[in-house]
Amino acid sequence: MIKTDILIIGAGPVGLFAVFEAGLLKMKCHLIDALPRPGGQCSELYPKKPIYDIPAYPEILADDLTKKLLEQCKQFEPGFTLGERAETLVKNNDESFTVKTNQGTLLNAPVVVIAGGLGSFEPRKPNIVGVEEFEGKGLDYSIIDPDVYRGKKVAIAGGGDSALDWAIFLSNVASEVTLIHRSDEFRGALSSVEKVQSLKDKGQIKVITSAEVIDINGENRIKSITIMHKDNSRNDLDVDHFIPLFGFLPKLGPIGNWGLEIEKNAIKVNNALDYQTNIKGVFAVGDINTYPGKLKLILCGFHEATVMCQYAYKIINPEKKFLLKYTTVTGVSGFDGSLKSSPKSISKKIQ
Amino acid sequence: MGSDIEIHITDRNGLRHSVDAPIDMSMNLMELIRIYELAEEGSVGICGGMAMCASCQCYVESDHQLPEVSQDEKMMLLEAFNVQDDSRLACQIYVSTELDGLKIRLAPAE
Repeated sequence: MIKTDILIIGAGPVGLFAVFEAGLLKMKCHLIDALPRPGGQCSELYPKKPIYDIPAYPEILADDLTKKLLEQCKQFEPGFTLGERAETLVKNNDESFTVKTNQGTLLNAPVVVIAGGLGSFEPRKPNIVGVEEFEGKGLDYSIIDPDVYRGKKVAIAGGGDSALDWAIFLSNVASEVTLIHRSDEFRGALSSVEKVQSLKDKGQIKVITSAEVIDINGENRIKSITIMHKDNSRNDLDVDHFIPLFGFLPKLGPIGNWGLEIEKNAIKVNNALDYQTNIKGVFAVGDINTYPGKLKLILCGFHEATVMCQYAYKIINPEKKFLLKYTTVTGVSGFDGSLKSSPKSISKKIQ
Repeated sequence: MGSDIEIHITDRNGLRHSVDAPIDMSMNLMELIRIYELAEEGSVGICGGMAMCASCQCYVESDHQLPEVSQDEKMMLLEAFNVQDDSRLACQIYVSTELDGLKIRLAPAE
């Protein structure tokens, strides 16, 4: 069981900034995210796109914003449970909460903060009837342990960076790699496209373009896939694994069943006070919450996270009184023993 | 108003809506769908209008001259489901006088 002060669901920009604000108040945070890396939409949807409305940054790439936020909160040593989706929320007798992930990880904290953005990113599945039947039986939507594919016949579908990158990587691991894409143009980085081209020329990757996988065949396990080509002709390809990499789609997911008040796919919070939900001790900040006048902007999420921390502090430290402090005055003392503070002023006489 | 045009939008339940669209607010059709709440909040315009998801995919049902498909939109439509020859991403089409009377139908949610 992982224990922390504030359990943050969602490691996007707002969740990461909450770590910093909580740290200033000596509260430790642990983050859960369904994606394998922090950053949320900024990493998954538009890492290379500029953002123009972060205060003091005339322009910053989404990926760089994530890096800066990670650097800013680093001294508060946040814990991360990545690649796992928060599944259930239980309130314990001592008023603390236990969250269980889809992998069975248990996390406990007196305060839970949902900074889930658009929801958890779920893989886009191919449009094939009965596709679920083969999940985990040769059909994978992401690659966790590449060694699983050693010496196997693998087909990857998709035309973006992840399809290209994994085709390249697995060409050294699998016995046979086939990349199938609906077009003959790929959306990925130029260097990856060129690498695939050269591997194709060397016969190390088979590339089938203007084609689509329309069926999966086998009993209990994938045996082959059916590919339909542009001219409507079809053929079967024997494979041990089929990995469609069509990106991710955000879904509100299991959070929707936690007894939270939901309105228009978002969690209702009290914006007049603390961004708390209808469950005491559970807060929601950033794109996932709603209230009159809500704006889905990163900068508004930062504000919400800051206000939330003040009230989370009262739940965690009911006896203590405290006053808002300014980092310029008191500096920042990290949990790692680091101290950032403004240099002392020196006075010197003029003779 | 004088600066509005009319757009006909069929929602995901097959209901047709005729809505006024302002031409002076640099608004795109995805935003128009959201303003009039013609689809469940959070199910259209997920990426915010960057042609990086296909949640606002629609089928164009009238023969209006539309802006050309950009490279980004083209690549996204290649990855999307339920794509037809008349598929477009609503976020890539901005409201303008030429679109008066345009008919679109929202593609099914993925």
